[in-house]
Amino acid sequence: MSFAFCVLAALTVAGGLAAVMLKNTVHCALALTVAFAGQALLFLELGAQFAGFVQVLVYIGAVAILVVFAILLTRGSETPTDGVYSRYWIQGVLISAGVFAVLGWAILQSASQLPHVAQTPTATVLQIGNALMGRYVLPLEIIAVLLTAALIGAVIIAMHEKEGAE
Amino acid sequence: MTPLAGFLLVAALLFSIGLAGALTRRNAILVLIGIELMLNAANLNLIAFWRYGPHPELLTGMMFAIFSIAVAAAEAAVGLGLVIQIYRHAHTTELDKMNRMKG
Repeated sequence: MSFAFCVLAALTVAGGLAAVMLKNTVHCALALTVAFAGQALLFLELGAQFAGFVQVLVYIGAVAILVVFAILLTRGSETPTDGVYSRYWIQGVLISAGVFAVLGWAILQSASQLPHVAQTPTATVLQIGNALMGRYVLPLEIIAVLLTAALIGAVIIAMHEKEGAE
Repeated sequence: MTPLAGFLLVAALLFSIGLAGALTRRNAILVLIGIELMLNAANLNLIAFWRYGPHPELLTGMMFAIFSIAVAAAEAAVGLGLVIQIYRHAHTTELDKMNRMKG
């Protein structure tokens, strides 16, 4: 349990907590970006450089910007006067506390049997590219189709319907 | 505590935070933020198991995480497009007020 891990874990968890607890929606999006950045640094700490930079590009570069755009387009930045939490927030908090309790119990119970390999594995971009073009080429093609379909679908869903356009 | 258990605990905590956000917030965009946090926690688990697992040279966990990030990006695009369209239609993003499916 290194010092760097503790700092990064605290940063990520604090960002996540702020993202779901702050009242102002724009502040939530900024805190979400902090959580994403902390997680990218955790990936780097684990030796997964490529995944860390993908996390920065996709999450901080695309998803966070998309969330900010959605907030501004829907006037979500105005804090509602009658509270930001739903009526059933107590049940929600209890359910998530229960989920965390079960997960934490399972992890701590099996901590002694978890695999532990000391040396850091290497995953160069060359290796990842070879794997993507060799063993994982079919999933890669499927994910390409999925991304195309999702982007076309998102554009069609969000497209403004013109009145009387036939 | 082994390093892997530490990473798994952080991922479990992030997942629970995301679940709490998805279950307690009223704004649909904040619910999507909670779902993104849950997906991120799963990615952290995958990378941690890749790092400390017995066969890291096969890159299985890394590939899972990369594909999962791609799927999460697609999910965010479609979800936020839906939220924008619902806002245009119903003039609200509060989930408590979206109580009918008929247009």
